[in-house]
Amino acid sequence: MRSRLRAAFLRSEALRGYALLSPTLIVMLFAMCAPFVILVVMSFWTQHAFEFDTTLTLNNYREAIEEPVYRALMIRSLWISGTCAAVTVLVSYPMAYYVAFHVHRHKLVWIILMTLPFWTSYLLRVFSWKVILGYNGAINSGLKSLGLIEQSLEFLLYSPTAVVITLAHAWAAFAILPIYVSLEKIDRSLLEAAADLGDGPVARFFRVTLPLSLPGVIAASLLIFIPTVGDYITPALVGGPDGIMIANLIQAHFGKVNDWPMGAAIAICMMIIVGLISVIYIWMTRKVTERIA
Amino acid sequence: MKDVSYITRPSQPLRGYAILFLAFLYVPVLFLPLFSFNDSIYIAFPLKEFTTKWYEQMFSNQQLHVTLVNSLRVGAATAVFATILGVFGAKAVTQYRMPGRKPMVFTIMLPLVIPGIIMGVALLILVSRLGIPLSLYTVTLGHVLICVPFSMATLIARFEGFDRSMEEAAADLGDNAWWTFWRVTFPIVFPGILASLLLTFTVSFDEFIMAFFLSSTEQTLPVYMWTQLRFPQKLPGVLALGSIILVVSFVVVFVSQWLRGRGVAQIPGGGTEP
Repeated sequence: MRSRLRAAFLRSEALRGYALLSPTLIVMLFAMCAPFVILVVMSFWTQHAFEFDTTLTLNNYREAIEEPVYRALMIRSLWISGTCAAVTVLVSYPMAYYVAFHVHRHKLVWIILMTLPFWTSYLLRVFSWKVILGYNGAINSGLKSLGLIEQSLEFLLYSPTAVVITLAHAWAAFAILPIYVSLEKIDRSLLEAAADLGDGPVARFFRVTLPLSLPGVIAASLLIFIPTVGDYITPALVGGPDGIMIANLIQAHFGKVNDWPMGAAIAICMMIIVGLISVIYIWMTRKVTERIA
Repeated sequence: MKDVSYITRPSQPLRGYAILFLAFLYVPVLFLPLFSFNDSIYIAFPLKEFTTKWYEQMFSNQQLHVTLVNSLRVGAATAVFATILGVFGAKAVTQYRMPGRKPMVFTIMLPLVIPGIIMGVALLILVSRLGIPLSLYTVTLGHVLICVPFSMATLIARFEGFDRSMEEAAADLGDNAWWTFWRVTFPIVFPGILASLLLTFTVSFDEFIMAFFLSSTEQTLPVYMWTQLRFPQKLPGVLALGSIILVVSFVVVFVSQWLRGRGVAQIPGGGTEP
């Protein structure tokens, strides 16, 4: 019996595959699901000083929805992240296009150069923007010592604009890679066919290249939008009071405010909203691409 | 080469744009080393005298040594665990046909897109409810979770160009599964494994959010830097430290990406997927 089981196991490719994948999958599933379940459970609790009241209640959610401050911060976070995703994709597209179509030698070096900063310390990259945009930072002090301005330009640091610029810089690699992959996949003969049939470079781009690279653009915008909504380092360092985002609030609830259940409820609301927006976005872009095709 | 036709002929404006883009990526980061050699407590132009005193100050800082060792230990442990899990996962999904492959890969890759703060607070709640005290072990746990996707992605690229018939030949010649792995599979995917180790080490070494939530009094280097950012007189020291970290990270990641990409580029048909 045992040998028969063993034979079945060795014959079945899928079974062996599952066996090989299972350590990784189980570890990842457990490490993601267990914390997640307890996060959801905790969001129905109440904090009393340093104790938790484990009676289930919807009060945290009621507060999260009704409190105008929370709503305002959520809307601002979505707006900042949405702007950031749009700006980053727009700025990164020509770069990805250049490497996909115009670089023939040392392509690997170009790809590494584009993505290298992404792997280095996030904290330091954000901090370098604080150094640049600061009230007495590189731009202001530089312009002053050149005699171009008298007073520091205040709008540079501590504003939503500073957050968008910093985030766009920090997440550029997430935009470039998916767009590059989708451009690289395009069959070059399609472009030649379009050209032979009389399309100029502009028409060819809008009728062939852009539609075929849309999956990359959509992936890129989501890959930036979703994680940046939950960023709190950038707003904390360069955002100032007008640039504070929802994640700063979550962090405060697990720190100074010391109300973990409320923090958990805000975190879950944030994820639900981001998830819904992403699904709607994917659905809409799918409809649009179907219409074009 | 037919490819260099009217479609791919060089475009000067695009080339200029690409160079500007790279400048946008790199110039901001260069301000850290620039000001780290500036003999002034204020980070501002005009530059004063050249100095290395911030570096000397940094090297004599005891607490920094402690946090550096903490980060190295967490990084090494994370790299080893994440890469082992990555090897299993990458081998399974590239070399075995099995139903449900895509959703499983998607699940493993999820930490890439979940906001760091969500995973940070969720893990914090879990370990505190389980009564596990926060320590460097909990930080390592968090780092393994976010590093496995990077390890998998690196190794999948390497395994995809791998000819399985070589493994089958070894098995036919009487090697058992373990020996086949060590004598055939491992040497071939070794550059990928090395790339994954270097990459996951760097990610863990530089990671802040998980470490912030999951560490106790034993801080990692980024958490220590974060606490120093509040004191203006400590900023030049942070700049010196940051400059060194940046340079080392750049070199390590460049080597890892080069190892990984070179291996893939040698395989015909490979190399399009970065």
